[in-house]
Amino acid sequence: MLEITSIEKGIVIDHITAGYGIQVFNYLNLDKADYNVALICNAYSQKMGKKDIIKINNVIDINYDFLGLIDPNATVNIIEEGKTIKKVKLEVPERVENIIRCKNPRCVTSVEHYFPHVFHLVDKEKRSYRCEYCDDIVIPYPVK
Amino acid sequence: MLKNRSLIDPNDFTREEFREIFDLGHQIIADPAKYSKSCEGKILATLFYEPSTRTRLSFETAMLRLGGQVIGFSEAASSSTAKGESIADTLRTVECYADIAAMRHPKEGAPRLASHYIHMPLINAGDGGHQHPTQTLTDILTIERLRGSVENKTYGFCGDLKFGRTVHSLVKFLSNYEGVRFIFISPEELRVPEYIREEVVRKKGIPFQEVDQMEPYMGELDFLYMTRVQRERFFNEEDYIRLKDRFILDKAKMAYARPDTYILHPLPRVNEISTEVDDDPRAQYFQQAKNGMYVRMALILKLLGIY
Repeated sequence: MLEITSIEKGIVIDHITAGYGIQVFNYLNLDKADYNVALICNAYSQKMGKKDIIKINNVIDINYDFLGLIDPNATVNIIEEGKTIKKVKLEVPERVENIIRCKNPRCVTSVEHYFPHVFHLVDKEKRSYRCEYCDDIVIPYPVK
Repeated sequence: MLKNRSLIDPNDFTREEFREIFDLGHQIIADPAKYSKSCEGKILATLFYEPSTRTRLSFETAMLRLGGQVIGFSEAASSSTAKGESIADTLRTVECYADIAAMRHPKEGAPRLASHYIHMPLINAGDGGHQHPTQTLTDILTIERLRGSVENKTYGFCGDLKFGRTVHSLVKFLSNYEGVRFIFISPEELRVPEYIREEVVRKKGIPFQEVDQMEPYMGELDFLYMTRVQRERFFNEEDYIRLKDRFILDKAKMAYARPDTYILHPLPRVNEISTEVDDDPRAQYFQQAKNGMYVRMALILKLLGIY
């Protein structure tokens, strides 16, 4: 069995929907990390069947909106001296800025590039979002 | 209070605020001379990045009939856009010269973007296939003059409902009123966008049907809103040619309509309404264009805080 040792000081992002771990990993630029990082895909989960986990042996800034967008059921554990000192509860964000990009070729965002891409939550269950400019609806990370 | 506000989307104003505009519009129709000097010393900028006849002339005439003046451009090529200037910079510059602006742009959301960078009132005069709220003001004023109110009526929308910004704005507006029902008549490829069907119509519980035939539904309609299949919205010419003549309203089809069913069209028309229908008293599209000028006069007066 694959073994990943526990970390002393850092962050564990647990219960990520299987398949989305790599996207979180890339968004957090962990491929460029000079500290220990582990991305575990398809780990066994009693609750979810399988899940992804990211262990980061460092304290870094986390964009909780992004994590909430990908999977509001994921958990973020802050670790110090090998123990969880804080669990962050994620929420589906009402508004996200510069996380999703509008793919509508008719949208003004396709030709003007000096302002943020803003999306507003439309349906919490489906996790669908509406572009502030063209109203195009997207489901960036479908519920699996 | 509408002073210094912008109208980008039909949901930007409340029902009560729209009521103020329509009431003033009806008053202007009754006595236009009374308002002929209301905007003396004020300047409207018409920023048209996309061709237009009715909307631009209607805005310009509205301002001139209010005693104001007009500056602007009628195509992107004759503005600094051709040199690569951003929308934000163009609008910030225009704000130095004008008191209010009307903007048309081929890209969806361009007026919303522009409104974030300026303080003067901005009016969306049509953004791509997205929204056209002042056409909606025109349509509503016309509906009120013909039938008293917009409530408790069945509205048919026919043609290009996917890219038809006038349809999107009118449906959004009407969805705030009681007793309305929609029949969307179009080829499958040109049905209303998801955000209109799901987030506006279905969410508000409004009864609607999506159909691909006109005749069986004509007798149910209080208003039939015809639209043009717009060549400029298609990336593929073949699709345009295949769909453009799918629905043509002629005398034979008008025979299925009730005596009190009115035909509206935002214009320009190509061939989706046969010219033989023009003399039918139920054809109201040219009167609609005239009402557009009056309601834009009312809108300008309200946004400038003059009335």
